[in-house]
Amino acid sequence: MSGDDSMLALAALVPVGARVLDLGCGDGRFLAHLQNTRQCHGYGVEIDDSKVAACIARGVNVLQLNLDEGLQMFEDQSFDVVLQLDTLQHLRNAEVMLRETARVGRIGIVSFPNFAHWPNRLQVLLGRMPVTKRLPYQWYNTPNIRVGTFADFEVLAQANNLRIAEGFGLHGGTPRRWLPNLTASTAVFKFHT
Amino acid sequence: MRQNHDWRAGLVRRLRRSFGPGAKRAGRAGARHCYTVIALICSGLRAPFINSAKNGPLRHHPAPFLVHRVFCAMPLIAETKTLRISEPLALQSGAVLPSYEIAYETYGELCADKSNAVLICHALNASHHVAGVYVEEDGTVRAKSEGWWDNMVGPGKPVDTDRFFVIGVNNIGSCFGSSGPTTLNPETGRMWGADFPVVTVEDWVNAQAALLDALGIAQLAAVMGGSLGGMQATSWAMQYPDRVRHAVVVASAANLTAENIAFNEVARRAIVTDPDFHEGHYHAHDTLPRRGLRIARMIGHITYLSDDVMNEKFGRRLRQLANDVTQASTGPERDFQFSTQAVEFEIESYLRYQGDKFAEYFDANTYLLITRALDYFDPAKSYGGSLTAALGQVKASFLVVSFTTDWRFAPSRSRELVRALLHNQRRVSYAEIDAPHGHDAFLLDDGRYHSAVRAYFDKEVSHER
Repeated sequence: MSGDDSMLALAALVPVGARVLDLGCGDGRFLAHLQNTRQCHGYGVEIDDSKVAACIARGVNVLQLNLDEGLQMFEDQSFDVVLQLDTLQHLRNAEVMLRETARVGRIGIVSFPNFAHWPNRLQVLLGRMPVTKRLPYQWYNTPNIRVGTFADFEVLAQANNLRIAEGFGLHGGTPRRWLPNLTASTAVFKFHT
Repeated sequence: MRQNHDWRAGLVRRLRRSFGPGAKRAGRAGARHCYTVIALICSGLRAPFINSAKNGPLRHHPAPFLVHRVFCAMPLIAETKTLRISEPLALQSGAVLPSYEIAYETYGELCADKSNAVLICHALNASHHVAGVYVEEDGTVRAKSEGWWDNMVGPGKPVDTDRFFVIGVNNIGSCFGSSGPTTLNPETGRMWGADFPVVTVEDWVNAQAALLDALGIAQLAAVMGGSLGGMQATSWAMQYPDRVRHAVVVASAANLTAENIAFNEVARRAIVTDPDFHEGHYHAHDTLPRRGLRIARMIGHITYLSDDVMNEKFGRRLRQLANDVTQASTGPERDFQFSTQAVEFEIESYLRYQGDKFAEYFDANTYLLITRALDYFDPAKSYGGSLTAALGQVKASFLVVSFTTDWRFAPSRSRELVRALLHNQRRVSYAEIDAPHGHDAFLLDDGRYHSAVRAYFDKEVSHER
C-alpha cells in the first residue's frame, strides 16, 4: 500500500483498540501506525526475512509464516480485524484465504489493485497487458498472480456469504466512491463475517 | 575451552561460499518460476483470468552484520566464577541437594537498577562459557577459548554486552564446574558419579533463580537459549512469570517427540552397555566408558546436521589413505578397500574424530542426566496436555526462532509454542529461518537469524514495555 494518505484512509476502517492480524504485513509500517494512533494491538504475518527483522525493529509482533500454507495457527474469531492489504493478489489460494480471514476475524479488510481502473482497460484495449504505477510489473514477472477488479470482489464476497460493510476505491491516497471500478487503481473492502 | 569448534568454523566457511550472499538460492515455496497465462476479456467488469504456478514471495538475504568485527578489536575477557549455595534445592524427583555450587560467567555491567540482566541457558554439551576468551596467566589469549555463543553475545553483537549484563550459567548435573557427577558429594567426600540425583529443566531453572537471588537480580530483561536452552527459557517464563520480561527461544520445542526420545535412548544404551561403564562408577574403577560416549556423540552429530550439509561437506568422498600416492586432490578416487572395519568414507572419519574428542572431555553420567532432562521436559503434562493452559500464567514476551532444515527440533514444534502463546494473547514474534545447517544452525552466524535477534534486543528488550 503506497502513500501515507492511503494508510490513513485504511486505518480509519479499523476500530480503535482492535486486536488486529495483518496478513502480509511487510515491514510492519501499517501495524505500527495502528498501534501508535488507534491503540490497536496484534500481529503481522510476513514471509520475507528482511521484512520480519524490520517489523521486530519497529516493535511490531511478527510471525514468519507462508500464507499459502493457511492460517491453522489462528483460532476461530480470535481477532477483531484481519487485514489483507495488497496481499490477496499474491496468493495461490486466494479464495481459501478469504474464507480463512472470515473464520479468524470478525471484520475483514482487504485491498488489492483494481484491474478495471480505466488506464488498465485502455492498455488492454490496445492489446497489451497494463503496466502502470500501481501495476508496475510486466506480465512475465508480476507477483500479482490473482488479478481482480472491484466488481469481481463483490461477487466473490457474496459467494462466500461475506457482508460488505464498506467498499470504495483508492487512487493517489484519495477515496473514490463514484464509479470506483473505473476510477480507482486500488479496491478496498471492509466486510463482516 | 573444551568445546572445539574448529571443524565447524571450516564448515561454516564452506557453507557461506555455497549459500551466502550472492550465491544462488532457491525460493522457499519451491520453484521461483512463474508460469503465468493470461486470457483477457475486455469487458472490464470481470477479471481477466489468471492462472499461476507456485510462486511464493522470494526470500531476501541481507548482508551479514559486520558491526561486531569492528567492536571485536579488543577481545571480551571471560572469567569463571563459582557460587556456593547453602540453601537446599528441592528437586522435582523428590530428592534434595543440601548445598551445591554453580559455575557462571558474566559479561558487561549490571546497571544501577539491575534491570538489564540477560540469562543465557545452555544445551546438552555446552557450559557457562558463553562468550569471550580466556587469558593465560602471562596475559596471552588462550587459543580456541571462545565461548560457545561468542558470535551472538559480546560487545556490539546481537546480544550486546555494552548494553546488557549477560550471565552464562552451567547447570547442575553438568560437568564444567557446577555440582554434578564429577564433583564431590559433600556427605560422602567421594565423587557423586551415578549417585547424582536426576535433575529436570525445572530444577535447573530453580537453581538459576537462586544464582540471580545471590546476584541481587529480581527480574531478567531476557532469558535466552537454544535447543534444551530454549526449554529452560520457556520454563523460566512459566515458573517465574514475574521475573522474566522476555524469553528468546531458539530451535526448541515444548517437549520431545518419540523419535527424539528414541535418539536419546540409543545414546544412553551405548553408554550404559559399555563394559567400562561400571553402573556409572567408572571413576572408582579408574576408567571411562569412552566407547559408549563416542557412539552417543556420533548419533548426536548425525541428528544435528541436515542431509544437505552432510552431502555438501562429505558426500561419498573416500578418506585419503596415508600411503596412497595415486590420490591427488584432482585425481581419480581410489578404489574401495573392501573392508568392513577400516575407515572408508570421509563421513566415518569425521564421526569417529568427533566421538573421540567428545569422549575425552564429556562425562558419561552427565550425558545420561542431561538427555533425561530433555526427555522429561513437558510442561503441558500437568495441564492435561494443553500447552496453552500451561502457558496461561506467562507474562513475558517471546521471540521464537526455528530453522527450516532442523529435523531434530523442527519448525512445526516451534509453531506449537507460538500458537499456544497466541491463544494466550501474549506478545510473540516468530522467525523461521531458511538455513541449510539443520539443528546446528542455532550456533552459527547467519545474518537473517542474527538480525532478527539483534532487532529484538535493540527494540524490545532494551525498552521497558
